[in-house]
This record gives sequence, C-alpha cells and structure tokens, in this order.
Amino acid sequence: MTAPPAPPAAPASSVPVQVKRHHWIVRLTHWATFVLLAGMVASGLQIYTAYARFGERGGPYYINPFQDREFPRSVRLGGWLAGGLNWHFTLMWPFIAAGLFYLSYLVTSGEWRSLLFRPRDIRGAIEMQKYYLRLRKEHPAQGKHNPLQKLAYTFIIFLGALSVLTGFAIYKPTQLSWLTALFGGFQAARYWHFWAVWFFTAFLVVHVLLVFVVDPASLRAMITGWYRGRFPSHD
Amino acid sequence: MIDRRGFLRLAAGAGPASLAAACGWDGGNAIRPALLDVSRLNDWVGEKILFSAHRLAPQYPVSERTAHLPSYFISPMTPVLKDPATWRLLVTGLVRRPMSLSLDDLQALPRTTYTVKHHCVEGWSAIASWHGVPVSTIVERCDPLPEARFIRFVSFDSDYSNGWDLASAIHPQTILAYGMNDNPLPAAHGAPLRLYSPTKLGYKLTKYLVSMTFTAQRPGGYWEDQGYPWFGGV
Repeated sequence: MTAPPAPPAAPASSVPVQVKRHHWIVRLTHWATFVLLAGMVASGLQIYTAYARFGERGGPYYINPFQDREFPRSVRLGGWLAGGLNWHFTLMWPFIAAGLFYLSYLVTSGEWRSLLFRPRDIRGAIEMQKYYLRLRKEHPAQGKHNPLQKLAYTFIIFLGALSVLTGFAIYKPTQLSWLTALFGGFQAARYWHFWAVWFFTAFLVVHVLLVFVVDPASLRAMITGWYRGRFPSHD
Repeated sequence: MIDRRGFLRLAAGAGPASLAAACGWDGGNAIRPALLDVSRLNDWVGEKILFSAHRLAPQYPVSERTAHLPSYFISPMTPVLKDPATWRLLVTGLVRRPMSLSLDDLQALPRTTYTVKHHCVEGWSAIASWHGVPVSTIVERCDPLPEARFIRFVSFDSDYSNGWDLASAIHPQTILAYGMNDNPLPAAHGAPLRLYSPTKLGYKLTKYLVSMTFTAQRPGGYWEDQGYPWFGGV
C-alpha cells in the first residue's frame, strides 16, 4: 500500500520543515558506490587500454568512438594491465556487496515502492517533463521522488546489475558461457560492459547538475539523512 | 594557523592533485600486497566454485575460424629448436613412471581435435582449431604420486613457464597440441608442442614445451609472478 501523494511544496516564505529523508544504509551505500564505481571505471579504462576495440580478431569491429584510443593516465588506475585487473577484481566484491546491501534494504523496508518506476508513473513523468521544459508552471505534486527521479533511480539500479552481469560474462566466458551467450557473446558482452561506463557517466552529470540546480538541500540529506528544503514530502 | 576557509581552499587544490598522482597506480607497497591477496581469493573462487571438471567449453564450426590469431612469445625472436629430431617432452617430478616422449610417441596416442574460442587477458578473442593429446592421457600413463597436486609446464622460450592445478590439467579439453587449423603447429604458435585449453586465458597456455613436472607446491609462472591472476580460468 502506498500513501496518497503529499501536497506540493510549502510556500517559500514559511520556514522549511526538517524531515528524516535517507536511512543510514542508503547514505552509506550511496557514497560507497560512488567511490567504488569511480575505482571500477578507472581500472576498467586501464584494462581497456590493452585492447581498445570490440569484435573477434580479424574483424569486423563494433562501432566505437574510442577505438584504438588510450585514455589519459590521470583517469586510469593500476599502471599496467595486471595492476588494472587486480584493482578491478578487488573492488568488484565491495561494489557488488554495496549493491546487494542497498537492494535488500529497499526490499525489506518497503522503500522500493517510492523508488521503483512503474507503468502508472508514465503520466506523472510526462507532467514532470513538461514542468522542466517550462510548458507547465507549477511543480506537479509528488511523493518522496517525482516520477522522473523514479525513472532515473530505477534505470541506475538496472545499469548496475547490467554492469555486474556483463562483467561476469567476460570474466568467465567459458564457465558462464550461458550468460555470455545471453549478451551476444564475449565481444558483445565486453561492448555492453564498456557502454555501461558512459551511461554511468551521463547519469552522474545529470544527477549532480539537478542536485545543485533544483534541490541543493538534497545533498545535505544524503550526508546527514535530514532534509530541509523545497520538497519535504515523504511517503 | 590556517583558518577554515584557507583549509578548504588547500583541500580543494590538494584533492585533485593527489588523486591525479594516485592514478596509473598499482597500489604501491602498501596496497599492492592486499590486491594480490584478493587475487588469490579470486583464484580460489575460480578454481573451487566456477570451474567444473566436466563442463566443456562451447565448440564452433570450422567455418567460424577467425582470419587472425596473434602469437606472443617473450624471446626477442621466434623460438625455434636447433635440432627438432632430438626434442623430447620430459614428464617428471612426483610420478611413479617418468617419461621422455618424442613427437612421434605423442602422435601415436589418441588424438583430440576441437574448434574453440581463445580468450586473451588483454580482451581480444579468436577462434581456431587445435589437435593433440589430452593431458589426462599423459597423467594416466605417468602415474602421479598422491601428493602431486600441480604441474609445472616449462618452455624453451627464454624462462617462460606456467603452473597449473591438477584438476584444470586433466580437464577433457586440456591438450598437448601439436597441430593448429589442420596443420602442424607453426613456430609462431609454439612448435613443436604447446599446452592448449579453452578453459584458460592465453597466458596460461605454455608454448614451446620441454617438460611437465608434477609438484606438491604451487608453481609460479612468468606472468603470474609479476601479478597476473594465477588461476587464469575463463
């Protein structure tokens, strides 16, 4: 059961109410994932340097704007291939653990209800998009997250799962050949694993931009757990 | 004294600078040993949980062979035998019946042929056919002692060698290959004899073989000793 959507944001003149926004598990796994993912990406770019293309030897090769490119040393971690591999295959365990810890919290707390994007959120997502495009004046009423946020957070969970699964598909393509086949084979799985990086990067840019442009108070909430800003509603 | 604002300014400058200095970093003396410890844990996961003695790697039709399969060796030039006729594979160590096998001896044994995908640690892959003698056939004949748990494969390519666990070595698709793509094994790919298995990364597949030694202790290897994963299973 979900509570009805809370009323729209309080008028700017009144003193903002302080509400408890994020459980410590959410805050811990949020920041841990940020650091671990940065390490995964940096060591991944080091590994990519060893063979900077996708497709069986002799070609044809998949479309890749970064083919045969070397990423700058400043964004790589590991120094050489073995170093990159050892970082990558170490950080993957806490990365997976943080993801599972977060997901188990979402499920057991019931918090998934305010986060998971479902078909009934489509109409609200359109209204929200209208607001951002200034086709609509007032901010639509929302619960803890607006429908576009739900879409983004559902997508990022899906992307995390995809990056882990494609990772295992290229880590053990023989023992887990069924998984590798699911992604279209070893080189295709490498390709999707690589693209996950750019979706994560795009998400990061939009996510951070919206925090500072739309709701700076949410940054404090993700650190202390307490929220005092424009959207205090909590369902 | 440094005030709060000055400290923040310092932190803002030092943060990215130290981060940049850290990049391209293998962990240094402080973290590298811990990363290698986790790598050993990953070896255990790969060997005890993910590897199966019976699960076979997918095979491909001959028509799917890739046009190109790079060949790596560590010597400055392609290693070749001065006198191929005198070449022997020594089977030694913790065995009841040590052996010295010529290429003719090996070719007289039952042959396994398959077309499989080769996975390089660098990320490339290629499909080729290989034929040769299953390592399990040699293991049966040399009769290892109960304490033999590993095999050390040694080459004449400089000091290149690899250590294998016995279970991986007797996997039905692990062979001593003397042929590639229907032809005798080319010099670039390890002639006269190389180790091959679709369950391992390329660097575990010792080329230019001269001996296989059964041991009780885990043998190192050329790349493994430099930090690459020891198990190297795929």
